[in-house]
Amino acid sequence: MESLWVAKTGLEAQQTRMTVVSQNLANVNTTGYKRQRAMFEDLLYQNVVQSGGMTSQQTESPTGLNLGTGVRVVATDRQFSQGNIVNSGNALDVAINGRGFFEILLPDGSQAYTRDGTFQVNADGELVTSSGYTVQPAINVPPGATGITIGLDGVVSAIPAGQSDAVQIGTLQLTDFTNPAGLQPKGENLFAETQSSGPPEAGTPGLNGIGTLMQGALETSNVNVVEELVSMIETQRAYEMNSRAIETADQMLQHLTNSL
Amino acid sequence: MDRLLYVAMTGAKQLMQAQTLVSQNLANVSTTGFRADLARFEARPIQGPGYASRVNTVATGLGFDRSQGALVQTGEALDVAIDGDGWLAVQARDGSEAYIRGGSLKVNANGLLENERGELVLGDNGPLAIPPYTQIALASDGTISVVPEGQGPETLAQVGRLKLVNPEADRLGKRADGLIQVTDDEDVEPDADVRVASGFIETSNVDIASTLVDMIEFQRQFEVAVRMMQAADENASRAANLASIS
Repeated sequence: MESLWVAKTGLEAQQTRMTVVSQNLANVNTTGYKRQRAMFEDLLYQNVVQSGGMTSQQTESPTGLNLGTGVRVVATDRQFSQGNIVNSGNALDVAINGRGFFEILLPDGSQAYTRDGTFQVNADGELVTSSGYTVQPAINVPPGATGITIGLDGVVSAIPAGQSDAVQIGTLQLTDFTNPAGLQPKGENLFAETQSSGPPEAGTPGLNGIGTLMQGALETSNVNVVEELVSMIETQRAYEMNSRAIETADQMLQHLTNSL
Repeated sequence: MDRLLYVAMTGAKQLMQAQTLVSQNLANVSTTGFRADLARFEARPIQGPGYASRVNTVATGLGFDRSQGALVQTGEALDVAIDGDGWLAVQARDGSEAYIRGGSLKVNANGLLENERGELVLGDNGPLAIPPYTQIALASDGTISVVPEGQGPETLAQVGRLKLVNPEADRLGKRADGLIQVTDDEDVEPDADVRVASGFIETSNVDIASTLVDMIEFQRQFEVAVRMMQAADENASRAANLASIS
């Protein structure tokens, strides 16, 4: 009966991997999306015959019989490699070139982090994400201001209505983590800090290894479509093989019950 | 009843176990760095009174397949695979030293290098601490160098070296958690000849074609064993009928 269950874990793991692949493919056009990989590990082994057990006074068995119990998805590993940077021409689109995240204040007062720099100005003149969450530190665009410029180092300036000189209206900061792969995805292109990501470290763009900002550009998803499709084929075939293993084990059991 | 039934039953049971091993290998066709488990059947004659016709079969482990899996390019600097023979040392969850064939490494929140299963990767002097960096590079001998945060690319600093080992094949065995370890108590010294490939992961080395053929073969042998059990049953039933007065 064991082999049925072992093959079942294989089916489950491949099914999960397929979900991850689908998720990546679905987000091929999501700004700032970072692709995920399903990482597998073999499950615990059962020791049927102990290796090194004495087979006589003088000899011992060189290897035992260890039967594995299958496989599981141990992690979905997010890869924070840089996506392509494409020009959008929109003054409030900001791409991060290098490490770092924009800090966002959620309505419940907690912080989230994002690589998606599709910003807008809301009715109160605050710089917000496309979901309407304010960017931290808050930047207020004076009513009627024109010529909003965001520098490489995050300095935001604008020309207030009725004036001719640009004035600084705020500074965008970036936040970095020791282990960005440990961040918890929250949907809406947002991530939250976890124990394994390490604490957020805010900094000025371009300093201390944090990336620079590019105004009028967006970072595309870093999903590699070809790789995902190959991975999808591999997943499908592996799934079929495991289902074949179940079928075979089933036939053996059926033969046993029918013949005796 | 005739002992034929028991000999055939042992065969069927062992074949079922071998089929579990086949399923295990097939379930792990996508597990990074997985080494296929091997088994074979041994004849075990039964000692004791009676004619020496009873030979049971016993499935015996043969350890794991040591052949190289395929290297797949991922482009991530911290994805490492061993190119050729050798192993990468990690600290298993029970604190002892164990070996893997590579994997996707990460710098955890404490700045220590770990693999995707959360086991700390060992350097020549214990776990490897990686300072905050902007760029990281892994040389083919396992040397890790980083551009520390806040400094330019001209300040490439060496921060340590992966512990790469290559113990003799007969000293290695699989642990219950699937990691590889040495079966004796002697320490394993780093081996300077082991090469790592950065930006690659090694696939499972399960040979799909031969595993599927094994699966079919075990299935048919199982059917033969069951047929023998049937024959034993028929013989016994005939013998019982012989004695009855019809």
